[in-house]
Amino acid sequence: MTEQTDFVQIRHAQKSFGELEVLKDISLSVDRGQIVAIIGPSGSGKSTLLRAINDLDALTGGEIWLDGTRVNKDLPHRQYEKHINEMRQQIGMVFQHFNLFPHLTVRENVTMAPMLLKGLSKDEANALAEEQLDHVGMLERIDYYPSQLSGGQKQRVAIARALAMKPKLMLFDEATSALDPELVDEVNQVMKTLAEEHMTMIIVTHEMDFAAAVCDRVLFMDKGVVVEEGPPEVIFKKPTQERTREFLRKHIEGAK
Amino acid sequence: MGLDFSIIPKYMDVILLGCAWTIGITVAAALLSFVGGIIFAVIALYAPWIVRQPFRLIEWLFMGTPLLLQLFLIYFGLVQIGIDLPAFVAGIIGLGLHFAVYNSELIQTAILAVDKGQMEAARTLGLSRAQALRKVVIPQAVRAVIPPIGNNMIALLKDSALVSVIGVSELTLSAQRVIGKTYRPFEFYMLAAACYYVINLCMEWVQRKIERRISISR
Ligand SMILES: Nc1ncnc2c1ncn2[C@@H]1O[C@H](COP(=O)(O)OP(=O)(O)O)[C@@H](O)[C@H]1O
Ligand SMILES: [Mg+2]
Repeated sequence: MTEQTDFVQIRHAQKSFGELEVLKDISLSVDRGQIVAIIGPSGSGKSTLLRAINDLDALTGGEIWLDGTRVNKDLPHRQYEKHINEMRQQIGMVFQHFNLFPHLTVRENVTMAPMLLKGLSKDEANALAEEQLDHVGMLERIDYYPSQLSGGQKQRVAIARALAMKPKLMLFDEATSALDPELVDEVNQVMKTLAEEHMTMIIVTHEMDFAAAVCDRVLFMDKGVVVEEGPPEVIFKKPTQERTREFLRKHIEGAK
Repeated sequence: MGLDFSIIPKYMDVILLGCAWTIGITVAAALLSFVGGIIFAVIALYAPWIVRQPFRLIEWLFMGTPLLLQLFLIYFGLVQIGIDLPAFVAGIIGLGLHFAVYNSELIQTAILAVDKGQMEAARTLGLSRAQALRKVVIPQAVRAVIPPIGNNMIALLKDSALVSVIGVSELTLSAQRVIGKTYRPFEFYMLAAACYYVINLCMEWVQRKIERRISISR
């Protein structure tokens, strides 16, 4: 139960909010460079699972491992805080509502954490910000404030902010759900580029086409359990479970 | 005797010196109330119980009693325990802490109103809670309360007249002294009122400038 070989390991994850059991014994492993999509109806526990990986929502049972280190270690409070802050530096997260820091410019959004946590000098951090923002096509807006950007631009900056910490793993929680349809593609393009660079990613999404095109594996979750998982061509074309079929059918109808 | 404003220029230097003291005390107390307000807010929200309790006593003292009494206590009372402050320092501390408590209430509410996602995004990057508060949450909370804090600072300017009772020659006391010599209360109280009005306008102008500057970063 101690040594882990897989890059990301979720073992018997269990999470309750009071009486409500949101995650029921979920296990999942992701290899280095793999891209996993999590799909499922709203309220099925997708966000909770993602947020458990970096301990934003602490599990009530089970283990999370990243690259041989247990994320949700049993430690006294103070030591745990130090440990989890170090782990979180290695796990990038992108939120549905971007959560950019509105009081900071695009540049400062990206440079803050590397300067504060990795001791980068201002020049080093600026060079890093320019590199990361160039990567997501946002270099021209480096001195803008978030309030001056479109949703798609905000999300690309949020991705650059996460990447600037050089994470081993990226988590995306419905990164495009809050965007106007015409802005979805620019964010998807950035995620595709990351995929080509073999970034390990776990992506919660409602976009089946994107999941099919980019992901190595798809998990279908419902009511706190993984109902079915497999390569996208199996999950989307010939799922074995009735619940998966029903979800996909409804989803396709909903999209029309 | 009728009104005679021609007497004013002769005593203008005294009145202007009074203005200078009023402005100095107001600015110093405003800064203290701002920094103190942030510190008080953080203590009230996040300090352990053992720190919070004595602090609540201070809060009650500054909110629940007259400012005048607080000034007396700081200027005359503290001498007894060996703290002998110059009157203007006692005035700045009294006004500053009094308004710090009011600012703290505003800032606390604003801190709690900052979107939860902000703290989460900061923690996700690896910041500690204290770092996230300092770099992300508090700066946003402070921006949100600049307008009401500005109103508190106008109130502070007006209440700065109270430090005249501990003998600081600010604007109101300067006017009184001139009136003592000239027996021209209407002229000089009106002049003092005009001075307060002008200072007030300047403060509003500064406030608007600050608000405009930060509007883009909210
Ligand atoms: N902080 C919380 N407190 C109580 N219940 C929560 C909390 N967060 C999520 N839940 C509940 O957990 C369930 C799963 O939520 P979530 O993981 O957000 O689902 P999904 O992302 O799949 O839509 C929902 O029933 C939701 O109401
Ligand atoms: Mg969700």
